[in-house]
Amino acid sequence: MTAIAARMPAGHYRFRHAARMEWIKLRSLRSTWWTLVITVAGTIGIGVAVGMNTRNGTEDLTNNVLGGVVPGLLLAGVLGVLTMTSEYSSGMIRATLAAIPRRPQVVTAKAAVLGAVTLAIGEAAAFISFFAGAAALQHGIPSPGLSQPGVLRAVVFSGASFCLIGLLGLGIGAIIRHSGAAIAVLVGGVYVAATFIGDVSHAAGAYMPIMIVGNSLSTTRPQTCGGSSAACGHLLSAWAGLGMLCLYAAAALALGSWLLARRDA
Amino acid sequence: MIEVRELTKRYGSTLAVDALSFDLRPGTVTGFLGANGSGKSTTMRMMLGLDKPDAGQVRIGGQRFHDLRWPLREVGALLEARAFHPGRSARSHLAALAASNGIASRRVADVLDMVGLTSVAGRRAGKFSLGMAQRLGIAAALLGDPPVLLLDEPVNGLDPAGIHWIRDLLRSLAAQGRVVFVSSHLISEMALMADRLVVIGQGRLLADTSVAEMSAGAPSLEAAFLAMTEASAQYRAPALAHDRVEPAAWPPAISRNGASS
Repeated sequence: MTAIAARMPAGHYRFRHAARMEWIKLRSLRSTWWTLVITVAGTIGIGVAVGMNTRNGTEDLTNNVLGGVVPGLLLAGVLGVLTMTSEYSSGMIRATLAAIPRRPQVVTAKAAVLGAVTLAIGEAAAFISFFAGAAALQHGIPSPGLSQPGVLRAVVFSGASFCLIGLLGLGIGAIIRHSGAAIAVLVGGVYVAATFIGDVSHAAGAYMPIMIVGNSLSTTRPQTCGGSSAACGHLLSAWAGLGMLCLYAAAALALGSWLLARRDA
Repeated sequence: MIEVRELTKRYGSTLAVDALSFDLRPGTVTGFLGANGSGKSTTMRMMLGLDKPDAGQVRIGGQRFHDLRWPLREVGALLEARAFHPGRSARSHLAALAASNGIASRRVADVLDMVGLTSVAGRRAGKFSLGMAQRLGIAAALLGDPPVLLLDEPVNGLDPAGIHWIRDLLRSLAAQGRVVFVSSHLISEMALMADRLVVIGQGRLLADTSVAEMSAGAPSLEAAFLAMTEASAQYRAPALAHDRVEPAAWPPAISRNGASS
């Protein structure tokens, strides 16, 4: 017994151990890489298509060529959900928690790894989308440049939104635990309900994640609202929008982490 | 040394584990016996801090599982076959677990060798047979070279050669001075594998004894187990049905020449 116990090193497991485990888990699934490739390719593809079909040079061209961001976010969110729920569907969660019994650390580690990956992928998707979409603009329409007012911010914030929606998905996954139900809540809450609420009330709609991404983060200037300028007054500024998205992700992760620590696994 | 004290777990109105207390000592294989649904798995999940007991506690070397410094190096566990992502290879699954507790990555190759999965370690584990999945679970339990092993039904899905292998493995791990706790509903298997037995029925401790003592007063260990668990058995339907059959109708008349009478 003493001989066996003596092999144990000093100290104890820490965040970096948990993060390393989560990084190996994420990268060792082929589905992760497919999801990320499709996310980037889809975002860029839609951006290029919108760029090619832009007829009016006075529109917010940056917003147009970032048109693939909102659809592309969906996969980042789904990846976030599955990062958590696949552990429950497979039973892996019990192996994970028997290795890292301090449960909030599991959520923090997952959030750090997923956040870093989706941020890197999101920024890549946003920047490539911006340059490719701008290059696809028709002759006679002036290409937007990163040095123009608000453009760099719009591109960087759009990239960051992949990370924040991914983290929101992770939080929803930790709360709901079932893949199908959690994806339904993510898609229903972020896309379907947002569109519906936006139609009913512009004021409430401005706080919906995809409205924030579409109307606050990925624009260089406030959207024109088809004449009814009163509605436009409710749109959040880019910084306020980014703050709201951070708040959503943080709230979902905090609740998910709290529930994980309380529930039987 | 593991101390389980007054462990209690309730699911709604069902008392799954009822004030269960026992000790596990180094150097012995302790069998955890009970009928299906008697609370074995619930007890093991509580020992690993996965389920919270409603009352009571478990101490591992005096510590709560939650407070262990390197859990995988202190307690190795097999709770269910296929507790891994089906899309991940056996090697990646073990590498992830090793990283979580700062275990050297060469240990992954070692345990894959020990359980005989080296040749399939790069394949998606979702394609594994139940026996291979069990071996991967055992590899994960051995990863941290822990002084304590908790294995829930490890022989499930193993072929006779596999059962023989795990029996020898667990006996040799105990001989090295480890605590080995193995649940099973296969009494014959426990007779060959275990030194001591913890027997439960409907969540309550029925016996905490040695294999020799338990089988002493009965024709076999199985007979002793059945006598002990009869009082707490949940499913006695066949016996009850048998009792209710009218004497005249039992046994039923069977025509030997093909025509029913």
